[in-house]
Amino acid sequence: MNSFTYSRAENLETALQEKTTSLEGRFIAGGTNLLDLMKVNVEQPSHVIDIRHLPFNQITGNDAGGLRLGALATNAETAYNEQIENRYPLLVKAILAGASAQLRNRATNGGNSLQRTRCYYFYDTATACNKREPGSGCSAINGFNRIHAILGTSESCIAVHPSDMAVALAALDATVKVTGPNGERTIPFLEFHRLPGNTAHLDNNLDPDEIITSIDLPAKGFAEYNTYLKLRDRASYAFALVSVAVGLDLEGTIIKEARLALGGVAHKPWRLPEVEASLVGKEVNLENLKNAANALLAGAKGYGHNNFKIELAKRAIVRAILQAAKMEDLT
Amino acid sequence: MEKIAEKGALDKPVVGLPPTHTITLRVNGSEKKLQLAPWVSLLDALREYLHLTGTKKGCDHGQCGACTVLVNGTRINSCLTLAIMEEGNDIVTIEGLAKGDELHPMQTAFIEHDAYQCGYCTPGQICSAIGLISEGKAKTTEEIKDLMSGNICRCGAYTNILAAVQEVWQKEGGDINE
Repeated sequence: MNSFTYSRAENLETALQEKTTSLEGRFIAGGTNLLDLMKVNVEQPSHVIDIRHLPFNQITGNDAGGLRLGALATNAETAYNEQIENRYPLLVKAILAGASAQLRNRATNGGNSLQRTRCYYFYDTATACNKREPGSGCSAINGFNRIHAILGTSESCIAVHPSDMAVALAALDATVKVTGPNGERTIPFLEFHRLPGNTAHLDNNLDPDEIITSIDLPAKGFAEYNTYLKLRDRASYAFALVSVAVGLDLEGTIIKEARLALGGVAHKPWRLPEVEASLVGKEVNLENLKNAANALLAGAKGYGHNNFKIELAKRAIVRAILQAAKMEDLT
Repeated sequence: MEKIAEKGALDKPVVGLPPTHTITLRVNGSEKKLQLAPWVSLLDALREYLHLTGTKKGCDHGQCGACTVLVNGTRINSCLTLAIMEEGNDIVTIEGLAKGDELHPMQTAFIEHDAYQCGYCTPGQICSAIGLISEGKAKTTEEIKDLMSGNICRCGAYTNILAAVQEVWQKEGGDINE
């Protein structure tokens, strides 16, 4: 780890002030990703601002009739919160599918969405990586890219966003509340993360001097019909090759509303509202689900080692919707 | 020369000198005052400064669980937190579990079930298992396995580790619904 100075922010005002005067500095909360990256010299902040003592660690009701997840509440506190368990079981499943108990006890909700890709070229400072060093090139495109993206990629980057929680938040239409020197603003979750384009070093649309204060869930939680299907190389504690978050509203076997978000396939949680709209009024049957899966993967492109992800994702979507609809016997 | 002598300039550290902080860590019930650079992890503070070498350094990246300790009753990877961030918290390591010669029930269960081979992962496994039981979320054998999956054992002693955890879990009122 490089040397750095440390301060503990006692309130939001001083935290923002310190960040503005030290844009090379980093906020630290759980630290489970930042310290990991600092140990391999991917992140080399000159100053670290500890924000864990700011008052954003509660889970409360919000004006929309949903819940407000404090940015500093831990993943474990969130997943084991009774209201979340009752109203947003999809979010619980996604959080518990990610990381280990130790990490979830420290990792925060804000930090979860800010965690950086696990692309091994990003982690290896001896290799070229546009995300780590803009303009240096991408080692993954012609490299070992089994874990890499198949949707929304660019010539500069094929990294995937590693979070499971974010996939569920995308499906649930969460919003991110942030504060900066110019005040507060709200970012729809789907617009929070970015596609790589030619600015792969930017993971999201948070400005460097802004801080996440909460993540808000709308009232609707799809508590009855939902699933988080995560496909990975071992049964637990591994990143997703492909994951699918599904929330459904059903009338008998007819879909009234559908939410489908994919993880492990793109630089951000992947959702196409037009595909969801195309399912409305349709029956849950294999043909309709396969059509939706094909449409969701329509723009997919493999890079060699990860070609299998296209078919894997299609089948995972069908299986996940059936699981959510409690109709797995159709397969 | 005049500039250097300006008021305030002398308070700033000369480039190259590590900025250290005086911090107090509460470990296994006693307070320890340390002079630490901010980049010292809790794991390194425990092992290198407090000489509590029971907590093991494995991967140093939060992937193996060998460094698991309990902080305010919950299990965390001590390699992925800075010691300075843990000031004011209640830290318990493997050394703090026994009461004199009387072992913690989880330590006894690990011995009875022969739940270790090389023993390197054992302190982390035991701290993690104690955290698992106090969380109270595991209801099935599968859930115990899943909630212990942050602790890797390269000898593969998982079967006996599971048996040890289950025994303590059942003694504490845990109910297995398979």
